[in-house]
Amino acid sequence: MVPLWMYLVVAAALFCLGVFTVLARRNAVAILMGVELMLNAVNINLVAFWRFVTPATMMGQAFVVFVFVVAAAEAAVGLALIIAIYRRRQSVVADDANLLKW
Amino acid sequence: MLKEALIQAGMQPGWAAFIDIFLGVLVAASFGMVWVLFGIWVERKMAARVQDRIGPNRVGPWGLIQNIADALKLLTKEVIVPRNADRPVYFAAPILAVVGVILIAAVIPFSPVVIGTDLSIGILYVIAVGAFGVIAVLMAGWGSNNKYALLGAFRVVAHLVSYEVPMVLALLVPVMLAGTMSMQGLVREQHIWYIFAVPVTAFLFFISSQAEVGRAPFDLLEAESELVAGYNIEYSGMVWAMFYLGEFMHAFFVSILFAVLFLGGWSGPGAEQIPFLGIVYLMLKSMLVYFVQIWLRLTVPRVRIDQLLAFNWKFLVPLALANVLLMAFLFKIIPTPDFAGAQAIATNEFAGVAGGIYRLFGPNQIAELPRTGLLLLGNIALVGVTAALLGQAGRRARRQVEALVDETDYTPRAEGAEHTAEAPAAAAR
Amino acid sequence: MELTAEIVVFAVFSIITLTGGVGVALTRNLFRSALMLLVSLFGVAGLFVLLAAPFLAAVQVLIYMGAIAILIIFAVMLTRGMVTARRVMNDQWSVAAVVALFLFAVLAVIFVQVGQGESAVLPLNPTGDPPADGTAALGQALLDPAQYVLPFEVAALLLAGVLSGAIYIARDDEPDEPSQTRG
Repeated sequence: MVPLWMYLVVAAALFCLGVFTVLARRNAVAILMGVELMLNAVNINLVAFWRFVTPATMMGQAFVVFVFVVAAAEAAVGLALIIAIYRRRQSVVADDANLLKW
Repeated sequence: MLKEALIQAGMQPGWAAFIDIFLGVLVAASFGMVWVLFGIWVERKMAARVQDRIGPNRVGPWGLIQNIADALKLLTKEVIVPRNADRPVYFAAPILAVVGVILIAAVIPFSPVVIGTDLSIGILYVIAVGAFGVIAVLMAGWGSNNKYALLGAFRVVAHLVSYEVPMVLALLVPVMLAGTMSMQGLVREQHIWYIFAVPVTAFLFFISSQAEVGRAPFDLLEAESELVAGYNIEYSGMVWAMFYLGEFMHAFFVSILFAVLFLGGWSGPGAEQIPFLGIVYLMLKSMLVYFVQIWLRLTVPRVRIDQLLAFNWKFLVPLALANVLLMAFLFKIIPTPDFAGAQAIATNEFAGVAGGIYRLFGPNQIAELPRTGLLLLGNIALVGVTAALLGQAGRRARRQVEALVDETDYTPRAEGAEHTAEAPAAAAR
Repeated sequence: MELTAEIVVFAVFSIITLTGGVGVALTRNLFRSALMLLVSLFGVAGLFVLLAAPFLAAVQVLIYMGAIAILIIFAVMLTRGMVTARRVMNDQWSVAAVVALFLFAVLAVIFVQVGQGESAVLPLNPTGDPPADGTAALGQALLDPAQYVLPFEVAALLLAGVLSGAIYIARDDEPDEPSQTRG
């Protein structure tokens, strides 16, 4: 049986890749993809802990279902905003959406 | 059996299980690819007869070898890759499309003992694997570096994703009736075929699966005679053949799914004892459904994209939702069949005529009868309400059209007479 | 440790997941980046299966790969012209790399330390088995008034509201509607 810490390390690596994507990329859609990576890393963590610590109750899996729902909702709204911004400003680069900057 | 033999030979249990399942899935997947040669021949012959011609009859007896000849031709054809096409994406798309179809074969219950792997989430797995096909279409459209292919791919994705909704809603009902998502479980729990209990659900699943596969009348996916093949435009030779084979395999696997879900799968007299009979029954039932699919394809014209989506969102989805709600409601009200009691009556020698009837038809079937009947009544009520609503909508639409006609006050004879009277008069002036 | 099938499958799916993640972070072509995201999501689904959560794996493929990834690909295509951008990374990418690496180092060290060896706080083996019919148990948990029916219903409301809002935001403005600002 693969020990728990291996799953956690994989999830941590995926999370850090997501953090890097969010912080370092210019394109807003790429930033959203980074957020999805982070949410997936969280899901791996949740299911791993569920399997190893409390496999009898379904709390871990239920939590993952809610994370799925929230991730889907957030991806939909984020992409809708990006498309709306693209229509007005013809640019998807996150740095260019800076009208509110002081 | 293979697993135990491997474990005894000293292999670790994990690897033995892995190899056992892997080989099972491999055999099940190869079945699809072997069958497709026969299936395309059936389709072409039937299409020919419907269209009052003969179909392939030169290559081999009755044209049976035609498909092998076609496969050879396609293998030797040049694969023309468009300039600036995204090569990895371009070549990965047909592979993904075919893989997404073959993976369905891994969970089909061919007989009580022959199944690739009996997943506990069999039906959900089939739906999830359908997602691969959608992604493959997007990749094909993008990788072709052709804006018409891309537009075609957009439309196809909208179409496929839309029709997943009524399909999944329709699949909820057999799962609810059987209480399990595993395919073997679905077959075993069908003491009376579900098509008699929930015909509306069967109809919904049939229509939406036709749309998912891309068969007429939902042919827009490639529309061979119109759009020059949509997202397939830039594919030729073997890569195109993979899309083509994938589509046929998908159509056949979907007919097998229909047979498993609604026609009782491998069940039939003697299927439990002789597993081979199970395979025969399943193939007979799925060929029957495939026949209906081809028949539908050859006789109904193609619909437009807006008609397609309107049909889905304005008719199928509300019907599917109402169907699920009604079936769930009825399912909760109707008491569960008394299998134990029926078994007791059947095995009781003193039950006389009743016992004889129970033994003749099978105790489980008789116990299931009241629930089936009540669900069928519910379905008939749903069909009646739907027909009434459709009739109302149709009458309203006709009244609108008639109102337009009445406004113009069109009297043909008087106008014609005026025309013929005025024209010579005007000419004479 | 011995080379069981499970270790090999875990290694394969972990490599798939992390390769996809690296692809998302570094690929210039945005469409290929989205495809790498798909690969990564598939790897995560495989890990779910290893963790005895087959229902979640199927739902992951169905929702993430079959819907969210397609949504992202559509957004990539609808905002074209940015597909092969001049620059992939913005000005702070070196800082971001340092932050991400540091975070990973901290987390990895913690997990390795508490996960194995004498001071193993995290269990090395599962402390039990999931219920026989995990999917049915999950369904019960989501609908049981004593368990998670409230978050379930709230999540449904959230989805309905959010998707309506998203459609409204992304809608094309009608060209024949008079504009609000005059003069």
